Amino acid sequence: MVDLQQRPRARPDATSGERLNRRGSLEPREPGRPRRSLVVALVLACATLMTLDHVNDGAAVDPLRRLAGEVYGPAESGMDTVVGPVLAVPHWLRSHRDLAAEVDALQSDNDRLRSQLASSDYDRNRLQEYDDLTATAESLGYALVPARVVAIGPAQSFSRTVTIDAGSRAGLVPDQTVVNGDGLVGRVLRTTATTATVLLVADADSTVGGRVGKSMKVGFLHGRGDLGQDARLDLELVDQSYVPAQGETVVTWGSQDGAPYVSGVPVGTVESVYSSLRETTQRAVITPFVDFSALDVVGVVVPSGTDSDRGVIEVDGSVR
Amino acid sequence: MAAVLAVSLALVLQASLFDHLAVQGVVPDLVLLVVVAAGLAHGSEVGLVLGFGAGLLLDLAPPADHVAGRWALALLVVGYVAGRLAASGRPRLAQWWPLSVAAAFVGTSVFALTGLLLRDPAVGVGELLRVELVSLAWDAGLALVVVPLTLALFARVEPDRVLV
Repeated sequence: MVDLQQRPRARPDATSGERLNRRGSLEPREPGRPRRSLVVALVLACATLMTLDHVNDGAAVDPLRRLAGEVYGPAESGMDTVVGPVLAVPHWLRSHRDLAAEVDALQSDNDRLRSQLASSDYDRNRLQEYDDLTATAESLGYALVPARVVAIGPAQSFSRTVTIDAGSRAGLVPDQTVVNGDGLVGRVLRTTATTATVLLVADADSTVGGRVGKSMKVGFLHGRGDLGQDARLDLELVDQSYVPAQGETVVTWGSQDGAPYVSGVPVGTVESVYSSLRETTQRAVITPFVDFSALDVVGVVVPSGTDSDRGVIEVDGSVR
Repeated sequence: MAAVLAVSLALVLQASLFDHLAVQGVVPDLVLLVVVAAGLAHGSEVGLVLGFGAGLLLDLAPPADHVAGRWALALLVVGYVAGRLAASGRPRLAQWWPLSVAAAFVGTSVFALTGLLLRDPAVGVGELLRVELVSLAWDAGLALVVVPLTLALFARVEPDRVLV
């Protein structure tokens, strides 16, 4: 009896590592080799997750995404703050010739804009008169929350998204328009407390209602999924008989209640127009105003009077 | 614990530092390389589990927006393959470097294939191949730095668990 109780225990890795093979004999398992059940379980977990995210627009996965965002969003913001000054160094190292050329370019731009401005007072007064007649002179009722891009999704994932450092505390909710100084950037997909994920209009899955500014013709803008200098958008015009001219400006056409896109945000200019008999639609290629590969400061369009943890730029330019 | 730290650091670096150094938007797959190193150091079971966890983080942490579970599946395969192909004894450059490149190719391919199956973003095969080639070049270069660093970290923090 004593012997039985005092029997030395078998080494755990000697017995647990062995299992019966098909021929019914014991075969030792190599150390570090996973059990088949574990492999199957993890692969099935991946498949389940994909299925959950594929149906119902991923509503089941959103809490998980939010949780991961709450943890890793601040880390990404912090990392961006650390590496920002280092990456700005090349900006300070420029030749005198470059600076002179830039001053010349800005000077000529300035002169052109000044001449436009000279006639704008008259235009504005005329518009004011018309507005007084029609009594529709209301402010758009939108304000901008400023934010910075802290992370950019890799091209390997084939979805064009960025993280910005403003979240629900700054008054952001999903489906708000994101703009910058040049034009339309994208829309807010989901928010955490301190960060938000933005889908760029260059993404292959992004669709925006567009309007050719001169003729007010409407169409749908699709991204192509590439960023940088060769980023282009495709505009499918609803009216097939209309051919937009090269260089015409395309603005957003707007959605109901301004979600996800407010109206009148400049998107880009028409570069060329294709028409195909097979597709029975005309496709205009649009060069976007925004350089998606060099995004930094952006603004999120929020309703006027939103509670925010930072300064909100109101319609009249004042910071609240 | 060291593995979780390494994966988290790789994820943040990949999203916030290397996006400024991206070639045509393609950044090096640091997380994938860390998973390869874990598979080399600890064998295929640890590589499998860590690959699943790291891929899950890649799928869920911002700014990801693709169908969740795709990177998890890809990195799970990567960790397992790296662990199975790891030679016993001290890892030599001639062994682990081609292995890392092969694992990177397998991982990005699995991710791209699931994307094609699910039609997740509708991109053409030509675009897929272009991105794949650029990312493979990135990974091959960065593997020379990331894999030894991660191996050294594992050896320092958890020397009793390393199989080699």
